[in-house]
Amino acid sequence: MSLPVPPLLTYTVRRVVQAIPIIILIMIGSFLLIKLAPGDTVDALVGDMGGADPAFIARLRAEYGLDESVMVQLWRYMLKLAQFDFGWSYVYEQPVITVLMSRIGNTMLLMASSLAMAFTFGVALGAIAARRAYSWTDNMISTLGLVFYAMPSFFLSLLLILIFSVKLGWLPVGGIRTIGAFKTGWADVADVARHLVMPTAALSLIYLAFYMRLMRTSVLEVMDLDFVRTARAKGAGGARLMFHHVMRNALLPVVTLLGLQFSTVLGGSVIVETIFSLPGIGQLAYTSVVKRDLNTLMGIIAISSIIVVIVNVVTDLVYAWLDPRIELK
Amino acid sequence: MTGERKTILDVRDLQIVLPAGGDRPYALSDFNLTVGEGEIVCLVGESGSGKSLAANAVMRLLPEPHVRVSQGAISLCGQDLLSLPEAGMRAIRGDRMAMIFQEPMTALNPQKSVGWQIDEVLKLHTRLSKAERKARTLEILRDVHIPDPASTYNAYPHQISGGQRQRVMIAMALVLKPQLIIADEPTTALDVTTQKQILKLIKDLQQAQGTGILFITHDFGVVAEIADRIAVLRFGELVEQGPASQILLNPQHPYTQKLIAAVPALTPPPAKPVSNEPVVLEAKDLRKTFAARGGFLSGKRAPVMAVKDLSFQLRRGETLGVVGESGSGKTTVSRIVTRLLESDSGEVCVDGRDLLSASRAELRALRKDIQMVFQDPMASLNPRRRVVELIAQGPIVQGVARSVAHARARELLSLVELPPAAAERYPHEFSGGQRQRIGIARALAMEPRVIVADEPVSALDVSVQAQVLKLLADLRDRLHLSLLFVTHDLRVAAQLCDKVIVMSKGEIVEAGPTARVFAHPEHPYTRSLLDSIPGRDWEPPVRNVA
Repeated sequence: MSLPVPPLLTYTVRRVVQAIPIIILIMIGSFLLIKLAPGDTVDALVGDMGGADPAFIARLRAEYGLDESVMVQLWRYMLKLAQFDFGWSYVYEQPVITVLMSRIGNTMLLMASSLAMAFTFGVALGAIAARRAYSWTDNMISTLGLVFYAMPSFFLSLLLILIFSVKLGWLPVGGIRTIGAFKTGWADVADVARHLVMPTAALSLIYLAFYMRLMRTSVLEVMDLDFVRTARAKGAGGARLMFHHVMRNALLPVVTLLGLQFSTVLGGSVIVETIFSLPGIGQLAYTSVVKRDLNTLMGIIAISSIIVVIVNVVTDLVYAWLDPRIELK
Repeated sequence: MTGERKTILDVRDLQIVLPAGGDRPYALSDFNLTVGEGEIVCLVGESGSGKSLAANAVMRLLPEPHVRVSQGAISLCGQDLLSLPEAGMRAIRGDRMAMIFQEPMTALNPQKSVGWQIDEVLKLHTRLSKAERKARTLEILRDVHIPDPASTYNAYPHQISGGQRQRVMIAMALVLKPQLIIADEPTTALDVTTQKQILKLIKDLQQAQGTGILFITHDFGVVAEIADRIAVLRFGELVEQGPASQILLNPQHPYTQKLIAAVPALTPPPAKPVSNEPVVLEAKDLRKTFAARGGFLSGKRAPVMAVKDLSFQLRRGETLGVVGESGSGKTTVSRIVTRLLESDSGEVCVDGRDLLSASRAELRALRKDIQMVFQDPMASLNPRRRVVELIAQGPIVQGVARSVAHARARELLSLVELPPAAAERYPHEFSGGQRQRIGIARALAMEPRVIVADEPVSALDVSVQAQVLKLLADLRDRLHLSLLFVTHDLRVAAQLCDKVIVMSKGEIVEAGPTARVFAHPEHPYTRSLLDSIPGRDWEPPVRNVA
């Protein structure tokens, strides 16, 4: 290498640049798909109003630029997008970017906590199950994992609400903060955390089961490898053997899955946010579809694809860090 | 036991149970063995004889509870090992007795640097500070003659050569000066000069420290080189035990006699007259450099010139041996000529057509003519496919009808002397030698003109090795194949190759007919290579037992 640029940086920049055409394609595809569906913003507005005369509807369409052909609309939208302008949300009467920014924090918080929970506990339980493979502990962990895995998140959410909010009254039913409480500082943080307990649990348990099963298999496989025997011959054992030799090697497939699943967690958050009325991107996506709020929906898709691209790059970087045999080119 | 020596390891009446349903109830029975201070005891046997299990039993690393010691006693310097709790055993492992494994690649943790892995032994068994441990690690790396220990300290196992990895393993075993070292085929995966160095290294360090060594091997050349005492094991039973000179020169048991007879002779085949057959494979000025890497998060490694301006010609029906040390670039050559690896410059012509500049589609057609047989038949056969599918896969990809390809695959099985029933079975159901026959059949399925064999017999037992070599020679003559035979084993090269090229550091140092090169080596490197053949001074006594 002639230039003194760290390969890590060139790799990251190259991956991000490569992602731009992908994002553009996603945007064009989504735009056309949405246009294929019957009904537009005006239909939804008029439906809410309880009907209006055709002249008014036609004027509204012209005002929103919905009377042009789909291709012209697409061209206009992409031109604006090129200037990082996500347009105006006619439902929220705000720029889309403002709507998105007010909600992205909640979603990221939910996703980060869910995935962190799922990953940490999944990996830990998987490792424990593998360590005591075919024992009573292993059977119990595996069965529990299967139960969580088989349970749809909407059902789990409702179950949690029924138990912890309705019956026991321990946790709030929904929302991100207690309405009208206006807490500040740590009290506010604690309040948000309390509101996030159930959504996080509902969203993470399925993924936890995934990671657990994968980690269990992976640990069992690694425990049979030669270098683990070498480590034992050196006198290593117990936790040391597990952490330094087995788990780090066993993590590789789990990290791959983590990167891949990030996007499905985004999808899952639509359901969970709606059920727990969390003002996040998922809930916004749901209302945008119902209200035919094209600009907002496209904004959500753009943000989601950017997040997924970033996560994938980060996954590859983590992978290379975990496994020195992988060269970033 | 030798009278004046202190006994380090004493194994009495050892019996190891195998899980029910195996080919025999006991992996080992009535096994008695002692290793004295400063003594090297070789435990010899073919694969499946139970020699590795014996070693693992001493270390208490058997895959319990499936395989366990059911009877007997093992003691280290008088201390009973079998009754020790696991924690006590852990304190002994790595400190008072250490183990060196066969496969230095898989036996080292791929995610940890070499330095870290040696450091771990010190961390586990001593209270040295971080700086002291690092100093000790660098010192032991120097002791095992690792070039540039500071750079190797930061290297990961995949970044250093096989010989160096084994040195790292040895460093790891020796760093605390144990009383007993168990070496399980420690040089089997290495080539001669490295093997000689490693054997010398083990012997030197052992003599300096008075360590007792239990050395497990299948190679009588190595045994002749290193053993003080020899124990021969077959199917879990000791067939013969005694001083090295007695067993090597005057073996009593027929099995020992047979094993010694299977050792390939060092006399090359008579030189063939100069061949006028057409050149089927020609390499011109091949060059390949592996780029430098690291520096940002890890220590720096220098770029490596793997192959430098290499040219050779291979005629029809000829066998060209490529011999050299690990890191000499011989495997890189085999990968470039099959274009599994892109070379930086140069030409490879198969029947006059250039392989290296071929487009994807052309390459697919060209690949048909040049096929590979790999070293490890277990790793190179897909474990989830039946043998017939494995063999027929290549032709099917090339557009041959499925039924035709399958029928041909069955013919090939008989050609490589496997029963027809083998077709429907999976690779794991075969022994190493049989799997290598499957590998050969797979290569032949493409009806190639050239077979590139990369260490095809180095993973096999001597008696099996002899059979596979005979098969290869036989097939070459019957099908007018050309063989590019990459090997580290000069005994094997002497058996099979018409011509050899000797490689060192990516360059050819000597080339010529095998008989000439072996009898009158011109280059000092070739001489050192021939000098390193283990047991070259030992003339196996029995020649007429088949």
